[in-house]
Amino acid sequence: MTTQYDIPTNDLSVDAELDTSGLLCPLPVYKASIALGQLSKGQVLHLITTDPGSLEDIPALARQLGDTLLGVERLEDRQLFWIEKGDRP
Amino acid sequence: MTDILERAEPVEASAPAKPKRIALIASKGTLDQAYPPLILATTAASLGWEAGIFFTFYGLDILHQDRFEKLKVASLANPAGPIQLPNILGALPGATAAATAMMKKWMNTANMPSVPEFIEMTQGLGVRFFACSTTMGVMGVEEGDLIKGAEIAGAAAFLDYAAEADIQLFI
Repeated sequence: MTTQYDIPTNDLSVDAELDTSGLLCPLPVYKASIALGQLSKGQVLHLITTDPGSLEDIPALARQLGDTLLGVERLEDRQLFWIEKGDRP
Repeated sequence: MTDILERAEPVEASAPAKPKRIALIASKGTLDQAYPPLILATTAASLGWEAGIFFTFYGLDILHQDRFEKLKVASLANPAGPIQLPNILGALPGATAAATAMMKKWMNTANMPSVPEFIEMTQGLGVRFFACSTTMGVMGVEEGDLIKGAEIAGAAAFLDYAAEADIQLFI
């Protein structure tokens, strides 16, 4: 399972932000899932994580929820994600 | 030919109608071993899956309202434990308490929720807790001893739930 990192993130609009700095698995996934649950279809969550496992965990979360990972940015000390909420049953 | 090609086109990705399910068995009642089933259940529910944990034997302590805040980890016979002591010292009074305090400090420093906090998180996500009825009988645990929301179930009821699961793990 390979995730493409460093997807270009220019010009992405954001509807909600969540900073999970300092939290380890499963908390970034848990909090991101709750935050996405509060959005409507098509809205975008900007997520910040410091858990290195989240580079694979957050794409997996998006896949499982049927949401779309619009962008990923890897910085030295943290990762940034842009997730668009998809069509949920 | 066109027909076949059209039919072969991928269906537009969408969440499946029937959610995935994970069925876990928590059989251990030490502080360290209480975490893996709770972490996996929290994660699964966050992914939109159904999740259920069958608490059996010592694992039932995780559902016991007088015990789930007092789970311990031993230093004795635990070479990978929080405190590295020769077994002869790990058997001394206070060694288990010290190892337990050390693990709680680790968890706290890493911002990890406590076991009661995890229980609350998982229940908020709709994770089902099955209390093994045989264990209750063997260990003299009454329904009123269990945390709210626990469902009493036997092996057949759990297997019925697990048979519909995509993942089943024994911890």
